[in-house]
Amino acid sequence: MSHTLAEHQPGFVPTADACVKIAVRGLDFFYGDFQALTDITCDIRDNSVTAFIGPSGCGKSTFLRCFNRMNDLIIGTKVEGLITLDGQDIYAPGVDPVDLRRRIGMIFQQPNPFPMSIYDNVAYGPRLHGMKKKADLDEVVETSLKRANLWKEVKDILGRGGLTLSGGQQQRLCIARVLAVQPDVLLMDEPCSAIDPTSVQKIEDLMAELKSTVTIIIVTHNMQQAARVSDETAFFLQEVMGEPAMLVEFGRTADIFTSPKDKRTEDYITGRFG
Amino acid sequence: MADEPRTNDMPSVRGEANNLKLVSRATYFKEATLKNLFLLCAFMAVAGVALIFVFVGYRGWPIFSEVGAGNFLFGMEWLPTKGLFGILPLFVGSIVVTLGALLLGTPVAVGAAVFLSEIAPPKIRSVVRPAVELLAGVPSVVYGFFGLLILRPIVADLTGGLGFGPLTAWIILAIMIIPTIATLTEDALQSIPDGVREASYAMGATTWQTISRVLLPAAKIGIVDAIILGMGRAIGETMAVLMVVGNAPGFFRGMGEPLSTLTSQIVMDMPYASGMHRTALFGMAIILFLVSMGLVLTVRLLSRLREETS
Repeated sequence: MSHTLAEHQPGFVPTADACVKIAVRGLDFFYGDFQALTDITCDIRDNSVTAFIGPSGCGKSTFLRCFNRMNDLIIGTKVEGLITLDGQDIYAPGVDPVDLRRRIGMIFQQPNPFPMSIYDNVAYGPRLHGMKKKADLDEVVETSLKRANLWKEVKDILGRGGLTLSGGQQQRLCIARVLAVQPDVLLMDEPCSAIDPTSVQKIEDLMAELKSTVTIIIVTHNMQQAARVSDETAFFLQEVMGEPAMLVEFGRTADIFTSPKDKRTEDYITGRFG
Repeated sequence: MADEPRTNDMPSVRGEANNLKLVSRATYFKEATLKNLFLLCAFMAVAGVALIFVFVGYRGWPIFSEVGAGNFLFGMEWLPTKGLFGILPLFVGSIVVTLGALLLGTPVAVGAAVFLSEIAPPKIRSVVRPAVELLAGVPSVVYGFFGLLILRPIVADLTGGLGFGPLTAWIILAIMIIPTIATLTEDALQSIPDGVREASYAMGATTWQTISRVLLPAAKIGIVDAIILGMGRAIGETMAVLMVVGNAPGFFRGMGEPLSTLTSQIVMDMPYASGMHRTALFGMAIILFLVSMGLVLTVRLLSRLREETS
């Protein structure tokens, strides 16, 4: 089942640049009859943080959910075009979305730990994959919580319910839970908009640490955050209500924020709308 | 205070209000009347339960004081004509019938709830859900009739004998408690935030893994709640059980052998019982009352536990 970019796009030679983790070519997305995204093409670089910005309802989250095929869970959605992960078409027939999601982790806006202990939350993924030995699980739980900078706070209360933690801690617990299955890519859907400022700081620091091993894509409404944490930025816009949204500009964060090429990007960044 | 400069015309005398309308007497009385009316309704519900308890307790008490609690509760024989009022076989009968029905009905009910809450597409749910709820609205005499005419002959072929006995009662009762357990379990599942499901799917879990590893454990207390309430329904059920269980007040001997329960025996004996026999029936009512009170209290305790853990 190895569908490579070359097979789908005769003119497209898989980039010699091994840095491309995810490639998107001519992506259209539909909710039933409504087209939400049109003709999106971009490359997500390996071991970097890419920020998706844009006004509410511009399809950033929808786009993000295409990468781990979470949109499959919504009845009536349709994807056209191509998304590849390491050169493999993730929408090719026969690709198991369940397996894909094990390689592409996701963090949601609302921290959503399972109603079970901190330990069981983190051990959830490894157990799904068949890890049974207590010693192995103990090790994964500890490593993951350490990577999520939560270990010091919870090491003595691993048996306590995940929901007893504060909002910011819960979000880091969710990050630890995802890291426990060692994903290549981490999708973050406004991970900081429901938690307090101190915790936001911690999560941003964490992203900087993680990006050496994980490719991170973050959707954010907060442009300062995008500027702080990301290496590259994509600006999305739905220009007319009821029409599909599109990718207006994509480039190095520094360029997008200091010298945007597109007038619309500039307007948005300088706060003229949105 | 007196030194503060006055910037506007404040009324200097308490009780003076020039622009604010006062509550009219009519509004006041209407509010007060409604409040008391609702209070009365609530009081009547409580008074009903209390009255029944006092009445049943008053009529049944002599069985404890004159025959003796030991002879009554742990007596092995129910032979009112010979002055033997042991309800242990009937109590055991009630327990056997109830537990059997729970064992049969719970897996089906929980399965139905999982299907409705997690798997069924909206169209199918909109048909199946009302159907399950309709099961709760069927009068128990209809269940009994169905059991008597349709199920009993089948059971008779299976076990030999006439088909009156616990097995028939189990099946009928299991069907009867399915709506109780299924709707409450579905409520428990629905109360789990969708974010939890999303998180599980995003971790690469399948639907089945999400249900078995996250959702059912999360709904555990709610499901136990549902089972206990189903148990209350089963232990108190009278008519349907009476029609199929055989009403032989002896100990449980087998799935196809006639049996009797507390509730069915009360109905069987009520028309002709007199004297201490009648008192014994009231004594049985006290026991049933206490059992269902215990079940309700357990559910209360569990829901408090659920609030604390979440």
